[in-house]
Amino acid sequence: MDAFTTHTGTAAPLRRSAVDTDQIIPAEYLKRITRTGFEDGLFSALRRNEPDFVLNRPEHAGASILVAGPDFGTGSSREHAVWALLDGGFRVVISSRFGDIFRNNSTKSGLLTVLLPQEEVERLQAAVEADPALPVTVDLQDRAVSYSGTTVPFEIEDYTRWRLLEGLDDVGLTERHLSDVEAYEADRPSWLPRVLPVP
Amino acid sequence: MPKTLAEKVYEAHVVRRADGEPDLLYIDLHLVHEVTSPQAFDGLRAAGRTVRRPDLTMATEDHNVPTLDILAPIADPVSRAQVEALRRNAAEFGIRLAPMGDRDQGIVHVIGPQLGLTQPGTTIVCGDSHTSTHGAFGALAFGIGTSEVEHVLATQTLPQYRPKQMAVTVDGELPPGVSSKDIILAVIARIGTNGAQGHVIEYRGSAIEALSMEARMTICNMSIEAGARAGLVAPDETTFAYLQGRPHAPQGADWDAALEHWRTLRTDEDAVFDREVRIDAASLTPYVTWGTNPGQGLPISERVPDPADLTDEDERRAAEQALAYMGLTPGTPLREIEVDTVFLGSCTNGRIEDLRIAAELLRGRRIDPGTRMLVVPGSVGVKTQAEAEGLDRVFVEAGAEWRGAGCSMCLGMNPDQLSPGERSASTSNRNFQGRQGKGGRTHLVSPSVAAATALTGKLTAPADLDFTAQLETAGV
Repeated sequence: MDAFTTHTGTAAPLRRSAVDTDQIIPAEYLKRITRTGFEDGLFSALRRNEPDFVLNRPEHAGASILVAGPDFGTGSSREHAVWALLDGGFRVVISSRFGDIFRNNSTKSGLLTVLLPQEEVERLQAAVEADPALPVTVDLQDRAVSYSGTTVPFEIEDYTRWRLLEGLDDVGLTERHLSDVEAYEADRPSWLPRVLPVP
Repeated sequence: MPKTLAEKVYEAHVVRRADGEPDLLYIDLHLVHEVTSPQAFDGLRAAGRTVRRPDLTMATEDHNVPTLDILAPIADPVSRAQVEALRRNAAEFGIRLAPMGDRDQGIVHVIGPQLGLTQPGTTIVCGDSHTSTHGAFGALAFGIGTSEVEHVLATQTLPQYRPKQMAVTVDGELPPGVSSKDIILAVIARIGTNGAQGHVIEYRGSAIEALSMEARMTICNMSIEAGARAGLVAPDETTFAYLQGRPHAPQGADWDAALEHWRTLRTDEDAVFDREVRIDAASLTPYVTWGTNPGQGLPISERVPDPADLTDEDERRAAEQALAYMGLTPGTPLREIEVDTVFLGSCTNGRIEDLRIAAELLRGRRIDPGTRMLVVPGSVGVKTQAEAEGLDRVFVEAGAEWRGAGCSMCLGMNPDQLSPGERSASTSNRNFQGRQGKGGRTHLVSPSVAAATALTGKLTAPADLDFTAQLETAGV
């Protein structure tokens, strides 16, 4: 995945709570077997049904930071939701609460999910509503979101931060510890279920 | 130090623990389906990796599969290509696959328990958020994304952070006509769709202990709808009786050794939960959802809520958006909401007991002529069993459609979809906007409410049924 250090861009305020991953990308787009090219599915129902939806508004075209309501990315485990956001030009999603699986998926593909207190999220939403061209900087190195003289710190696990800064994928990291895996496997009870052979 | 059941299972699977890093957790069983796996297999190929433990990996076709003409090639070329990709990948990497037409095919969360692969104390993952279903056996089972699917295929492990612990205690006796689906809808309505975020839920208490395995699966299945990482129930005699004799359950001396271990899988008496919720089973009634997330539910005796009554701004806006999408007016009694389609099926309520409960209400009766009812067994095994019991004839004679096995209208990746504006009562798990088809409107219900609703054409509890009109129509 691409490394993430710092990103500056414009932001789109998504004033909705509990935006589930079905809304981020509906199931019909999940039939594809590729890992890219999901931008047409991003929020497709909301874009179609609501002319005033934030991503339909010309002043937010080109936004790369999504400032979302609470409980963003709940529901389905579809990593396509992360891919669609990346394909749609987003590098960062900010919210006061994320669905666990979505947040975990985001760390595997280089989409930065930033947790801020709800009042800070709303302050940022108001700022970008007042000035859609406002540049917002998200600095993973310094763990801070900055805009128009305001700097808000955020927390992220050291390990996840390191992986994102380096752009490392987990499989390669785990393969360094295969001897631990082998040792664990040697002690597994023999009665544990096996899928093969077919009885 | 006293531990919860989930902590015991977690700790028993830690392969490696190091300061400042997530734990590396061993995975006992990896279930795979066609939608979230193709990019993972591509990743393996690109890196020249193999599947580390094909013997702990099981694949099936469920999300895309049509429920009519199941032996013909899939008409939708995109769905067909995805299913064919799984077949190629399973063959290339040596993974057992239950394809369409196979006796073991079905929804991934229905076949694991059915085959006896789902066992107490194990760790189970799948690229599907409803993997929590398997927690009903006292397994730590959770949904993962495609990158993690690739990680498990390659290493049979996952990096994980220790989850927080939550207890949902349901004591007392459920009133007649109230089911485990109503318990979980009530729990989600209480704590919200992300109320258990970061937690594993242990469902406990006398009402949970009294439930069958299939009813426990319904509850654990919807743990994710409360935002939980997983949900589980301590294994007991009900669990062991369900497992014994299943194709992949241990046998002979292995069974005795497994049983000895399984009996230790209980939360210690003085273990501490980070959060506890208590529900009185006797106070529950059938629940239905009125909105566009599973937390927007109420007892069926209530009315569509008025967003103006909500003080929290976010909740009010969410309710307004939900009612606009659902085409509902505040104050309307839920029982007066007319539905077009009833869907009985899914990994939540597509097992044999669900079909039996619905068939019992439909036996000898006709569904409302303006309502269509789809009955989709969760697996070929469930379908075969239902047909052996004559349930298929009960459904067909009542005017319902008897279909092949799969995920079907739960998420409409196959041709079974709602049309724009069409309203369903559905035994599935999500009433999200567009979930069952573009513009479709979903009310989540239990199997008995689904059957009662099919008979009247309006959201109906089994206890509400008055068959006078029907009997008159039938000339009785």
